[in-house]
Amino acid sequence: MTSVLLDVSNISLSFGNNRVLHDINFAVLEHSIHAIIGPNGAGKTSLLNCISGFYRPQEGSITFGEHDLTKTPTTQIAPLGIARTFQNIALYTGLNTVDNLMAARHIHMKQNSIQSMLYWGRAKREEIENRRFVEEIIDFLEITEIRESIVGTLPYGLRKRIELGRALALEPTVLLLDEPMAGMNADEKEDMARFVLDIHERKGVTIVLIEHDMGVVMDISDQVVVLDFGRKIGEGTPDEVKNDPGVIRAYLGEAHRVSETVADG
Amino acid sequence: MASIKPAGEFNTAYEQDMRFLRNPRMIILAIIAIAVTYYLPNLSPGYLGPTLNLLAYTIIALQGLNILTGLCGQISLGQAAFMLVGAYASALLMIHINWPIWLTIPAAGLVAGGVGLIFGLPSLRVKGFYLTMATLAAQFIIPWLTRNIAPEYLGGTSGSIEVPVPVIFGVALNDPVKFFYLSFTVLIITTILTNNVTRTKLGRAFVSIRDNDLAAELLGVNLFSYKLRAFFIAAALAGVAGALKAHYQRGVGTEFGYGLGESIILLGMLVIGGLGTRLGPFFGAVTLILLEDVAIEMGARLAEIFPDQSAQLLTSFRPIFFGAVLILFLIFEPRGLAHRWNLIKAAWRLRPFAR
Repeated sequence: MTSVLLDVSNISLSFGNNRVLHDINFAVLEHSIHAIIGPNGAGKTSLLNCISGFYRPQEGSITFGEHDLTKTPTTQIAPLGIARTFQNIALYTGLNTVDNLMAARHIHMKQNSIQSMLYWGRAKREEIENRRFVEEIIDFLEITEIRESIVGTLPYGLRKRIELGRALALEPTVLLLDEPMAGMNADEKEDMARFVLDIHERKGVTIVLIEHDMGVVMDISDQVVVLDFGRKIGEGTPDEVKNDPGVIRAYLGEAHRVSETVADG
Repeated sequence: MASIKPAGEFNTAYEQDMRFLRNPRMIILAIIAIAVTYYLPNLSPGYLGPTLNLLAYTIIALQGLNILTGLCGQISLGQAAFMLVGAYASALLMIHINWPIWLTIPAAGLVAGGVGLIFGLPSLRVKGFYLTMATLAAQFIIPWLTRNIAPEYLGGTSGSIEVPVPVIFGVALNDPVKFFYLSFTVLIITTILTNNVTRTKLGRAFVSIRDNDLAAELLGVNLFSYKLRAFFIAAALAGVAGALKAHYQRGVGTEFGYGLGESIILLGMLVIGGLGTRLGPFFGAVTLILLEDVAIEMGARLAEIFPDQSAQLLTSFRPIFFGAVLILFLIFEPRGLAHRWNLIKAAWRLRPFAR
């Protein structure tokens, strides 16, 4: 019996009068791949933003271990072991690949600023140790040939991969991926899916995933949550979700009915 | 691009990859360059002496600004004011407590850094243009305070006090050639410190704030704490630069500059040299200060040719020239001279395949 790692309970979020999330509940099990799906504007990214501490929901709690993430300061969330990637890539465009990943080692480095400026003792030791760690991730993600390229000059698909690397460099226990395969071709999607599965299996990282590609979602996830207009309309294993009438209505909804009327007429 | 190494040179350890001086040849070259620079003012004490001292403390102030504006992305218009704080701090400590120069310079850095922290506080709430306005406040408040409080210490409305000649190992640094030994030594130290910032945790935290502050926060960088560190380092280096300037000019106060114009010129130098690059402060200061001398010379020559306009040419040729240079650089070299230098270096290493 695996235990609950991340417990989202009764989350409600609104911006002014605009209610974005209504009373969302779900639990992410340890070592699982948990997908969040739903049409555009359903509140998937807002939900992820609540988990990573970027938005503060008005009601509800998100329990991770002993911590309530809705009350943890944003900068304290990464050290707990929660890493994420962004839908619109948010890399440090002026740094090269190695430094982007090294920047994510920030929370694992103990050197103080004076040691940094002197580059002596602990600072030097830490830089070398962490560089080795980062290079292993670069190897793993097969981006060795671009390790010294400035990230701002690289194409989209590679940037997505570097961002995944940066999240991995945090050594997370939970990895939140916001549309890791958006805008990719079939080959790139396959690569990305392979990396996600590898991370999950080899490093035992729990993954929460937002994705529009149903093929990928149904293939790799253990549990799926379906959102529509800020409400949870379905939950379960991929097979359960696929046959859930509520989910089918949300995705095919009006078009389904229109085709019926046409057939009748 | 920038990472192209000379043919046949391979790194076999991460430590080696992170080194600035990668091989014995580079270490020897650096030592020779430093020795030559120490000797340089002797070649022409009348011109190179003052110019090199001016360059040294300008570069130190620029290195500070480079950390705050170039790495951390917080535009500051108060660098000259922080120089004034450091200048007064060093002068007063030497006059009233008799501290030696090697203590007053670091103390000047700490005092100016502390003042910088105060003006960095708004960075918690505001950023971009609005933060620039907050640093502009420093540029107005600090010089005003020096003229209006404690006139017996700060010189009051006269805007200047005398600063004693520093003495090191019994040698009085009373001329530009001797003073350059001090200012160049300080410059070497600040160069090492600021370059180390760029290759360690501290510098990466600064750049992550500049490039994407939201992501930086979600990756565990405490924005406020690191912005304040950037403000502290920038102001502290300005303070060190100001202390050198004060002891070199043997006077300090608003009479000696430290105004908004100087802050803006510092920012202009940094842009011309290359924001956020290690070489930017050097290229920027050398280019603009040498061009300024050219402008003075050209103004004088033009005044000879057109005697009718000589008064206007002598007073206004320099600022017009400076403005024109800045505009031309922004159009043709917006990423600064350091970027061009990297391109030339890469082309040289790729020869004969590069254009």
